[in-house]
Amino acid sequence: MNIHEYQAKQVLKGFGAPVAQGVPIMSASDVDAAIEALPGPLYVVKSQIHAGGRGKGKFKELGPDAAGGVRLARSAEEVRSHVFEMLGNTLVTKQTGPDGKQVNRLYLEDGADIARELYCSILVNRETGKVSFVASTEGGMDIETVAEETPDKIHTIDVDGSDGVSDAVVARLNDAFELSGAAAEDGKSLFPILYKAFLDTDMSMLEINPLIVMTNGHLRVLDAKVSFDGNAEFRQAEIHKLRDLTEEDAKEIEASKYDLAYVALDGDIGCMVNGAGLAMATMDIIKLYGAEPANFLDVGGGATTEKVTAAFKIITADPKVKGILVNIFGGIMRCDTIAEGVVTAVKEVGLQVPLVVRLEGTKVAEGKAILNNSDVDVVAADDLDDAAQKIVKAVKG
Amino acid sequence: MSILIDKNTKIIVQGLTGKTGTFHTEQALAYHGTQMVAGTHPKKGGTSWEGSGGESLPIYTTVADAKDATGANASVIYVPPPGAAAAIEEAIDAEIPLIIAITEGVPVLDMVRVKEKLDKSNSRLIGPNCPGVLTPDECKIGIMPGSIFKRGSVGVLSRSGTLTYEAVFQTTNAGLGQTTAVGIGGDPVKGTEFIDILEMFLADDETESIIMIGEIGGTAEEDAAQFLADEAKKGRSKPTVGFIAGVTAPPGRTMGHAGAVVSGGKGDAPSKIAAMEQAGIRVSPSPAKLGVTLTELLKG
Repeated sequence: MNIHEYQAKQVLKGFGAPVAQGVPIMSASDVDAAIEALPGPLYVVKSQIHAGGRGKGKFKELGPDAAGGVRLARSAEEVRSHVFEMLGNTLVTKQTGPDGKQVNRLYLEDGADIARELYCSILVNRETGKVSFVASTEGGMDIETVAEETPDKIHTIDVDGSDGVSDAVVARLNDAFELSGAAAEDGKSLFPILYKAFLDTDMSMLEINPLIVMTNGHLRVLDAKVSFDGNAEFRQAEIHKLRDLTEEDAKEIEASKYDLAYVALDGDIGCMVNGAGLAMATMDIIKLYGAEPANFLDVGGGATTEKVTAAFKIITADPKVKGILVNIFGGIMRCDTIAEGVVTAVKEVGLQVPLVVRLEGTKVAEGKAILNNSDVDVVAADDLDDAAQKIVKAVKG
Repeated sequence: MSILIDKNTKIIVQGLTGKTGTFHTEQALAYHGTQMVAGTHPKKGGTSWEGSGGESLPIYTTVADAKDATGANASVIYVPPPGAAAAIEEAIDAEIPLIIAITEGVPVLDMVRVKEKLDKSNSRLIGPNCPGVLTPDECKIGIMPGSIFKRGSVGVLSRSGTLTYEAVFQTTNAGLGQTTAVGIGGDPVKGTEFIDILEMFLADDETESIIMIGEIGGTAEEDAAQFLADEAKKGRSKPTVGFIAGVTAPPGRTMGHAGAVVSGGKGDAPSKIAAMEQAGIRVSPSPAKLGVTLTELLKG
């Protein structure tokens, strides 16, 4: 789960990290109170969407010469004109895709005098299985570009769980960031704070880009991007209240209610599969035969008929879908459960597009019998290859 | 021979008294008499578990008690996510040599903690978020469907459960059969990586060829390819077919498995496929052609 920058900063502030004063703006009527709450005269107006590249992004509704999604303002009047121009419009960045994202929230922040911009993130290092800091002096840029062009400027520093952020780790981070004086002193307290915030809230990614050294020599968290581990939701109820549903695909929200792993894609063949690997492989084989998948959908191992019915409805409700491929290799998942779910869903919502079903594994004969004895117009497939060819042919003709 | 488990493996079930644990323990007992010897439950020690077909197993309060009483040398974990890490830690403390965690949805920071403990122990952990391990006609630990297996010569290893079944089913249909199938699991931090299992398959006389199934995310497939290339230079190699799921997955999105995500420009399918091909692994273009590709490779 992702949250907005202003929420991330509130979380970090709660752990004692130095962030600028700021006020979220949910509607134009919030502007005056927000300006009032900040010292000025330098302000920053920041679009709050779940995508990076906001500063260089462009608003669809404004001309190409209009300013981007993060703007400086030197007076209250300037703040107001930015807010009115940005709020409600659609920001297109390199991470949003061409459709962009509507900006429903802004964050008004006190400006800072920047001496240096650094890059600091914390993540789980899959290669070592440890929590790691990633540190670079090249802040304010796209870190992937830095990794490609100057990989020696990126330092990955693992934290040993039993030692935590020790003096040695702090020293290595201060070295990596080339910090000295007041900034190095700030680092001594900031790095353990960030690590504690990461652990205590079950973050999967904390990215501060940039972490700045101000002209007064002190550190400040200037931007913050945080993702949380969805698997830890059961013990992070407060954090998960920060979820902003307007940032998510409606079909994905519906799927999450039924605990279905669903990702909306751009193609026209809807897929319902059991198992994440097989679901990905099913998308791949559709592509191999010249078509594009409309979604990733893993119904999981322990799906009930209700869950399968819900999954099928989500697929059929997608107007892009021109055909549906159901691919099940039953292990825990029973083929008869899948068949019943499909039949129930078709009874409730109808079926306007071709449906190819491939069943294999546990209770396969029972599953096939349920489909054969129903009124549902199913094209049966012998194996995965056959299934993929049949659905692509049905859709492409 | 087989790897990891055989007919002599004695298994404790942590989380036996739940619905999932019960169902799969019944299935395991029915699979060529897999030696499921006991279950554990912190409050139900001294009672016994009854399966729907009249099966019965003793329940102990702790894993250590169950191990002492039965001589078990493996444990399988069906405990739900909030308690799964503690269950693995208990098995490590009881010095169980082989721990197989089926549970999906364990918080990754719990696994960071578990892995640190594991590294200082003599236990091997497979998983979590995996389908388990199966040696045909001898022993079934986990949730793989026993009916698709056939005793044979292919070693199967995979990050995905259902793609393991595809590989098993296709090699059974091709008449090759399997020595052992191992699902290492779809989480980003796990007990056992491809390399560990590849080493075992290379060392196993009965295993004549290997199918390795990876997916997007991380660099374990690249590491495994490098390992096989290095071993081949030393004269140790077996015909290997590979497959990578997720060619069509968009970057930055987690595809079902917590570990299946292309992030920071790392872990995409093309780079994994290239690494496999460079290491001499025959990469199947389609998940439906694993058996066919292996048969062709073996014909030379």
